[in-house]
Amino acid sequence: MSALTFTVKQATAQRVDMSPLTCQLLKGLSIAEIAAIELQNGKRKLRVDALFDISGSDTQIIFIKNSFDKLDFIAKDLQEGSVTIEGDAGAYLAMGMESGSVMVNGNVGLYAACEMKNGLLTVNGNAGDFLGAALPGNKKGMKGGTIIIKGNVGQRAGDHMRRGTLLIEGNAGDYCGSRMVAGTIAVMGSTGRFLGYAMQRGTLLLWQQPTLSATFNDCGSHTLAFLPILFKSFAKLDSKFADATQAFDRVQRFGGDMAEKGRAEVLVKL
Amino acid sequence: MIINGVSIDETFAEAFPMKATRAIITAQNEKWAMISAQAMTGFATSVIACGCEAGIERVLDPSETPDGRPGVSVLIFAMGGKGLAKQLETRAGQCVLTSPTSALFAGIDEGLQIPLGKNLRYFGDGFQIAKKIAGKRYWRVPVMDGEFLTEATTGRVDAVGGGNFLVLAESQPQALAACEAAIIEMKKMPNVIMPFPGGVVRSGSKVGSKYPALGASTNDAFCPTLKGITKTDLSPEIESVMEIVIDGLTKEDIDKAMRVGIQAVCDLGAANGIKRISAGNYGGKLGPFHFHLQEIMA
Repeated sequence: MSALTFTVKQATAQRVDMSPLTCQLLKGLSIAEIAAIELQNGKRKLRVDALFDISGSDTQIIFIKNSFDKLDFIAKDLQEGSVTIEGDAGAYLAMGMESGSVMVNGNVGLYAACEMKNGLLTVNGNAGDFLGAALPGNKKGMKGGTIIIKGNVGQRAGDHMRRGTLLIEGNAGDYCGSRMVAGTIAVMGSTGRFLGYAMQRGTLLLWQQPTLSATFNDCGSHTLAFLPILFKSFAKLDSKFADATQAFDRVQRFGGDMAEKGRAEVLVKL
Repeated sequence: MIINGVSIDETFAEAFPMKATRAIITAQNEKWAMISAQAMTGFATSVIACGCEAGIERVLDPSETPDGRPGVSVLIFAMGGKGLAKQLETRAGQCVLTSPTSALFAGIDEGLQIPLGKNLRYFGDGFQIAKKIAGKRYWRVPVMDGEFLTEATTGRVDAVGGGNFLVLAESQPQALAACEAAIIEMKKMPNVIMPFPGGVVRSGSKVGSKYPALGASTNDAFCPTLKGITKTDLSPEIESVMEIVIDGLTKEDIDKAMRVGIQAVCDLGAANGIKRISAGNYGGKLGPFHFHLQEIMA
């Protein structure tokens, strides 16, 4: 069986809710049944075969080709299999994902991997605001899994993040790690203003010196034993983070946010 | 059966089921990992009064340890799961947490998970930090030399305790030399420990005593000074008997360790005063695991 492939015929003017097209929901359906699924497109419904050319039949391996930035909710609540996106993805990519893997060869929009529970998301491009965050009004963002962003991320990455690992090879926007409850965010590039704003617990691991607010206090330079274990866990990832030369165990440790619980840390490579 | 002039008794060692776990201690260098491991496995020769039997399994190369530092693996055995968990936690807290530069990791992933550093974290008084890395939960506890890193849990497995053999020699120095040779070889085997001092025990016991309060007492049948006044198991030329007790994760592990140990003793042979190899058993009433000496050496 070859991978189930959806190739966009023509980009739509309105946004498309792609949440019905996940591995677990398509399992056992024929191509005709899949083609007949109706997707919400703005205020109207759109059959899958009206938007996509469909080929292949393996519902555990899904490809979306010619993807564009209005395809929202791709791989929402994904429980198994893999989804590969050629092109950009819209908002809420891999929202609530529970297992499996998602790869995007393009850029992704707002709220990617928001409230993600487990699995692996790789973006070979940039990500918008609220990556791995909680939905508005909710208190828990990403709860597990790994996110790799090879480009830059927008503001509020990891907002309300509860657990898991967010790896950013590029730069992070303002409020990175804001209101974070726990987990690890690693940023190789630069970070914006208000880093770790209202952060309760968790770790921000940085390769470059940040501009920290007055509510993060310097705890000195240290060699931390958990860092080699953390880097070793990245070894099999398709990322710069897997490169052993990027690993370190000597850091400057800043504790904060003292305006909150003050149990979080910003670790800066020395 | 006679090997190099040493008679192998047609008897068996009797062992019993235990619960076991392995912990890996690392430190800045092997010296400090060993110090911590020795402390953790101290006063753990016999479950009769120590609560557990523990020993150092082997030294680990940095490439074998989770944090890439020199390490030592230790095995801990107890009669029950609760007892094992209590001993592990107490020893980890008092002997590893306290030891400079140490870190503590699970040595067995499978089996029921029991607390390793899970409760030690409270020493951090709220400053402790949890990290879940590659599916494993770690605790970083701030301490005065930096951070104590510990895995939250380790695996508990069914194991076997009380494998043994007796070395009967013409003199005490010869018995000890033979046991030392055996221990050198047995320490090369994985998954086993010899929990007594230096791996050797000179006070083997029998079940029961003339004193009702005691459950075990000296094995008078093998005490050379009692040859004339008790129902002895010793021939006139035997002047000293020493025992090696083995705990292992499986019966097969003990089989292999007993084989290399007995072979090392026999290599010294009758020329060095070694006359017999025997074993401690209690008529099959003590435990379900029987290690027949002649089968092991066949």
